[in-house]
Amino acid sequence: MRFETFARLGVRALIACGLLVIFVPLLLTLYLSVFDEKLILFPPRGYTLSWYAAIIPNFGGAVAITVELAAASVVGSLLLGVPAGIALSRHRFRGAGVLGALLLAPLTVPGIALGLAIYLFLVLIEIQTALPLTGSLPGLILAHLLITTPWVVRLSLASLTNHDRSAEEAATSLGARPLTVIWRVTLPAMRQGIIAAGLFAFIFSFSNLEMALFLVAPGMTTLPVAVLEYLEYHIDPLVAAVAVAQMVLVGAVLLALDRFVRLGQVVVR
Amino acid sequence: MTPAREAASLTLRALSKRFGAQLAVSEVDLHVEPGEMIVLLGPSGCGKTTTLRMIAGFLAASSGDIMLDGTSILGLPAHARDMGIVFQSYALFPHLTVARNVRFGLEMRRVAAAAAAARVDEMLRLVKLESFADRSPRSLSGGQQQRVALARALAIHPRLLLLDEPLSNLDAALRQEMAREIRILQRDGGITAIIVTHDQGEAMAMADRLVVMRDGRVEQIGRQEDLYERPATPFVAGFIGQSNLLRGTLEGGTQLLAEAGERVALAGRYGHDGRACLAVRPESIRVAVHGDADARAAGTVKLCSYLGAVLEHVVRLDSGLDVIVRGPGLGPDAARRWTPGERVSLTWNAAAERVFDDRDRPAPACNDPAIIAGGNQEWTQTR
Repeated sequence: MRFETFARLGVRALIACGLLVIFVPLLLTLYLSVFDEKLILFPPRGYTLSWYAAIIPNFGGAVAITVELAAASVVGSLLLGVPAGIALSRHRFRGAGVLGALLLAPLTVPGIALGLAIYLFLVLIEIQTALPLTGSLPGLILAHLLITTPWVVRLSLASLTNHDRSAEEAATSLGARPLTVIWRVTLPAMRQGIIAAGLFAFIFSFSNLEMALFLVAPGMTTLPVAVLEYLEYHIDPLVAAVAVAQMVLVGAVLLALDRFVRLGQVVVR
Repeated sequence: MTPAREAASLTLRALSKRFGAQLAVSEVDLHVEPGEMIVLLGPSGCGKTTTLRMIAGFLAASSGDIMLDGTSILGLPAHARDMGIVFQSYALFPHLTVARNVRFGLEMRRVAAAAAAARVDEMLRLVKLESFADRSPRSLSGGQQQRVALARALAIHPRLLLLDEPLSNLDAALRQEMAREIRILQRDGGITAIIVTHDQGEAMAMADRLVVMRDGRVEQIGRQEDLYERPATPFVAGFIGQSNLLRGTLEGGTQLLAEAGERVALAGRYGHDGRACLAVRPESIRVAVHGDADARAAGTVKLCSYLGAVLEHVVRLDSGLDVIVRGPGLGPDAARRWTPGERVSLTWNAAAERVFDDRDRPAPACNDPAIIAGGNQEWTQTR
């Protein structure tokens, strides 16, 4: 009995520690972002919201590019990953296992190595074809697709595991051609998984740093890289303000989506 | 309004399906008249569902032919076969309302909006779900969902209605009601229909004719009374209604030496000797006092259960085999109740007795009707 009480207390303490580890940095960032100081000094002279106003003048270009990039990788990875997920879930064709493994392989390679490899690859193609790929948006999009597509495939597969195939057969018997069946029955059944997949793709693209480091160029810089570059010369609360703004944005998207789909369900499955 | 269609006839000719080395359906021949309701009946794995899926076009036949009104449909893809299918899991589209579910097939056929709406209303009225048109299928009970599935399948005026274990997911009370409803809808609509089920009660209640299948083969095709009164094999005798099955050796055409050591005096006389299987229905056997002149076998009463209209006795033969006996439980003809432990005789008359040739069969492991090998020829009585 005493042991159980002790164990329960221990579990609670661990939970408290976990929450502390998660939330202290976030709260600290929020705290720093309102310091009225040029350098980060304790205690601050006062508090101001002016750093938030400075986000757009300093990072506006990078934000625009990042949003563009994220949108493109959402659309691209859904177009590639959803059909792949459907195919992998229903057809046992030769090489399905290999294809499944290949689709997940990019997740196992460190982002920095991947970024370097893609950079070298793009340089090679550029030399051969004179296409300006390095430091271009298409180059960045292709690199991000490499990471986001496996996520989409995984989530598409997951969203089809509980799917009753006989609904598709019913649609077929009612006269629907194969593509109509997918459009009218399969995709609606995958709705939650597709939304979650798109969301992951967006968040990944929005926050990826390691790969982007090699693929950006002056005038074609994503927000995480721009923040890093800024940090090399300034240590002021502006970066904290950017971080808070980013968290609020992503959090808002998550909350909005949670109203339509039960994200918890999709992710856990 | 889509025009009503004349009911189609269906013919299966030597239809077979092979999965790798395994023969799932073997040379099935069947002719279904227009407006007829056929039940494919058998234990799981007997090939009935595979047969249905070949008719629907979800599986390609390995050999043989499927014909609708005399024309082969093997070349037609599933979406062009014009068949209404009702699935065990209902298979409704969860993201569409009840009305949109029923409308789906009409949309695929590009039926004009007004005509489609009228047809949907008509179908929902037919299955008594008018007030549920705008509900989500998820909010409906199992029976209601099955009705939607039925309405959806019938809305397209299918040439053939296929039902795959349509009642298995319903609870017992609803099952009978739904069976009657399906039967009435099918008969009123004059629709040719094929039902797959493993439940012989369901099958008897719904069928014009039954096809009993086992191990991919047809054991017997016939009306209820054909199968019940003249089963072609011990398997059918055990599967349609119940039968006490006793395997053994015929001696002198009048005695069966059962494998367990029991000696049974047969009511009929048979012109053969050798391995045989005796089948007698529980309701054909009478329990009599020990030493009765007509005694076929002797045993001890183990159980007496009063089931209302039916009184059931379990009598254990001296060799240890259990024989089930059923008699009327009520009224002037009510059977006598025996006390467990009493020594009794079992009697039956020649008409109730069926003896099947078992000579080409290896000795079975036990008398469970579900695992008895079939294909036997019945031996006729010589007297």
